[in-house]
Amino acid sequence: MADEKLSAEKPKIGAYICKGCGLGERLEGAQLTMIAERDAKAHLVREHDFLCSEEGVKMIQDDIDNEGVNRVAICACSRRAKTEAFRFEGVAMSRANLREGVIWVRPDTDEARETTEEMAADYVRMAVWEVKFMTPPKGNEEAACQRDILVVGGGVSGLTAALEAARAGYPVTLVEKSGQLGGKAGQAWKAVPDRAPYRDPVDTGVADLIQACEADDNITIHLNARLTRTAGAPGRFEADISVESGTTVTARFGAIVQASGYEDFDANKLPGLGYGKNPDVVTQQELEALARAADGGPIKRPSDGKIVSSVAFIQCAGQRSNKEGLLSYCSGHCCATSIKQAMYFKDQNPDIDTNILYRDLRTPGSGGEDFYRSGQEKGVTFTKACVDGVEATGDGLKVRFEDLILDQETEEQVDLVVLAVGQVPNAGVNIDAVPLEDEAEDETEQGAEAKPKEVFVPVESILNLDYRQGPDLPQLVDGFTDSHFICFPYETRRTGIYATGPVRRPMDIISAREDATGAALKAIQAVANAAAGRAAHPRSGDLSFPHFRKEGCTQCKRCTVECPFGAINEEDGYPQFNESRCRRCGTCMGACPVRVISFENYSVDTVGQQLKNIDIPDEFDEKPRILVLACENDAYPALDMAGMNHIEYSAFARIIPVRCLGSVNLIWITDAMNSGYDGVILMGCQKGENYQCHFVRGSEMAHQRMSKVDDTLQSLSLEPERVATYEVAITDIERAPQLINEMAETIERIGMSPFKF
Amino acid sequence: MSDMSNAVVEKYHNDFLKEVEAHVEEGEWVKMCMQCGVCAGSCPLGPHWAHPPQEIFMMIRAGKREEVLSSDAMWMCTSCYNCIVRCPRGLPITHIMHGLAHYAHRLGLAPEKQPTRVFAKLFWDNITKTGRANELKMGLSLYFKDGFGNGIKEAMKNKALGQAMMKTKRLNPMEILGGHGVKDKSGLHAMLAKAREIEDAKLEQGK
Repeated sequence: MADEKLSAEKPKIGAYICKGCGLGERLEGAQLTMIAERDAKAHLVREHDFLCSEEGVKMIQDDIDNEGVNRVAICACSRRAKTEAFRFEGVAMSRANLREGVIWVRPDTDEARETTEEMAADYVRMAVWEVKFMTPPKGNEEAACQRDILVVGGGVSGLTAALEAARAGYPVTLVEKSGQLGGKAGQAWKAVPDRAPYRDPVDTGVADLIQACEADDNITIHLNARLTRTAGAPGRFEADISVESGTTVTARFGAIVQASGYEDFDANKLPGLGYGKNPDVVTQQELEALARAADGGPIKRPSDGKIVSSVAFIQCAGQRSNKEGLLSYCSGHCCATSIKQAMYFKDQNPDIDTNILYRDLRTPGSGGEDFYRSGQEKGVTFTKACVDGVEATGDGLKVRFEDLILDQETEEQVDLVVLAVGQVPNAGVNIDAVPLEDEAEDETEQGAEAKPKEVFVPVESILNLDYRQGPDLPQLVDGFTDSHFICFPYETRRTGIYATGPVRRPMDIISAREDATGAALKAIQAVANAAAGRAAHPRSGDLSFPHFRKEGCTQCKRCTVECPFGAINEEDGYPQFNESRCRRCGTCMGACPVRVISFENYSVDTVGQQLKNIDIPDEFDEKPRILVLACENDAYPALDMAGMNHIEYSAFARIIPVRCLGSVNLIWITDAMNSGYDGVILMGCQKGENYQCHFVRGSEMAHQRMSKVDDTLQSLSLEPERVATYEVAITDIERAPQLINEMAETIERIGMSPFKF
Repeated sequence: MSDMSNAVVEKYHNDFLKEVEAHVEEGEWVKMCMQCGVCAGSCPLGPHWAHPPQEIFMMIRAGKREEVLSSDAMWMCTSCYNCIVRCPRGLPITHIMHGLAHYAHRLGLAPEKQPTRVFAKLFWDNITKTGRANELKMGLSLYFKDGFGNGIKEAMKNKALGQAMMKTKRLNPMEILGGHGVKDKSGLHAMLAKAREIEDAKLEQGK
């Protein structure tokens, strides 16, 4: 396959060897030039004292312009350094990391000189061989540019996203399943204040928001509408919107913002608290309705209309619990909401007794603490307590609780009890709970180790995605859509579809507005990227995308199943790549057992040729070789930083950065073993629930695949210790080199590989 | 005032808190405590209190009137002001402690034999008599507070100290005859009586 591609455009390789930053003093430049020329067969090799200088860069550019160089191998510093200087249009480029990866991690001594030189020579070979098998990325030819943005959900998040996108000049269609806009916040009497002095409840602002959206010519609103089908990819989504009249409107969109909000946790699941049995036990949302009905006057209790003279708020009702069926998390808004609601009473009549029974009072946000203090000033009682139950008494309710400050069981007599139940995300179908055929097989293999699958409860889909992997956004935990809350909010595992508001994580009105603004901007960014044929986060700007060789495909479906982003659909049994959905992680490439998937500048060959073309000394030289496949997002920078800190590691290591550990194809391990490497280390990001993987599932896939590599090793009669997979964080600056050194020690212990020729 | 000493309050309702706010010096601060416990951790006498300050504040909010007012906790305060310095909410805790002690004393609910309270009473009687502290009488009344026999014992124990103080003119034996005082004693007494009258009226009013 590589030959076909190479023949399409005649490659001419230029290798450039830098002698700056101490490289010239530590390494034999002439030797490296010779290796690039004779061993690796670069067409043109040049040395320069200061390659990243204007003059050095010009030298390379001149070769590209005048000598027809279209493959550039830069043998200087890490690929993470000097990226601005070494940027050449229309050519493929590789980097040999001689600075951070060689001279900075090796001592400058006479004994070390020989192995250091060998290290550098190998990296030069690797760079030239890598670039030999690359082609310059051309960008997505299927780039489409539909600018319209679809917003799903008409609550605060949805309305804000629609308004922000519209104001930025993008046409917006908003789909709301109910008959009115405003969502849960629209039902509220007042809101927690969003600006100083954070003293009193304020208007929710929802009415203004609705008015602004309705008045905006750029926004089309469909009420009582649902999405019955969503197909396509960023820049060319196609959605069927079934509207009230029974007809279906089909429209095209560039990106989607899902703001489907939340439902209240069902308080009927909390039998001890009297909800459902006594009408005077209400949820926070229901109290909003009572407050609206009172319209600033005294709030009356539901049972007999008596004016409430005492009220207890029970925080964390069914939340922050490890009990089955309850919510394990904190919904974040409820403490401030209860303070606000206690003020509904206190502001109307300061003699009303309001008691907030909390476990830990949490009022996030800039004004949270001030608002809490304002509640105290108004005479709201705050009691750190663990509530045991609510019972009906003669005239009212008795709340039994343990006072955690006074350390005693006690009770309070009140007219009304308000439960702070949590937010349950409205995320549609949990696609991971539907057993896929392939995964079912997997499970039987793994036996007891397999995680019990979640029970599949039928729920209505929100997006009805026409995707191979299921109709809705994948969920991460507790039903919230997948997203890395800190590093990359809004991102879901479906490119171009951004989740915002409480469907993403629990939040209040203030956060939802901020969040929705961010999601709208992400949607706009996705539209722009799709139009330019570029990748979205995290490889933003990447023009490469996966190709597959249809003749070789066995229709095994592994790529379509394992793609963390559901980018690949199936067409007549073959994978159908949707380039603008693709994040370019290469997990499909790693999955493919017949190796027919590749990127222009990253393929089974670009890595395979690197590891095959290093110089392997024979068994009696006592110079083992350790292959390190390091994730370019975390492990590789950690190793670079080890270099910057001059932390030494074994000269026997040869490090190849990979886009994601998920892109590691097992053939590389087999090839490495067959070529006589003595050990292989894989360094990826943290996997699992608190994953750090930029591609969410890549590291996990790799770990799963590597768990089966023992069989391969056994068939070669090799010790399983020769292959190790680690989770490495970007901060593991000392640990990453240590892992390499440990492998060197292991090899010393178990001996050299017998596969040296 | 006798009515106030056994008022009934509803648990966790604001009745007692309001009473404290009305009658206790700096009492309006009690509701602002956020139960962080820094005061309890800062108090040099912390381990000897039945209830640290933040617990007292919670008891007030829980309506534990009887327990708070009859507690000896606030009598243990030595006015070191550590808690005031450290309270993140800026509560004048030392002042509230003294305010509570004073209020409990006036209602007659404070523990009768609490040593700080006994000392405070003796000191008040001593200083209000002439408007000046009479150290000799103060010392003697402390010796004899637990009866005549005990008084003699205590006095003998401190004999050497007393004589040394007299020799260095730190203690005047002539003070036993009445001692020094302010110029206008009756004026002072009238002032104190008026102050008491105002406070009693306030207490009566708040009932």
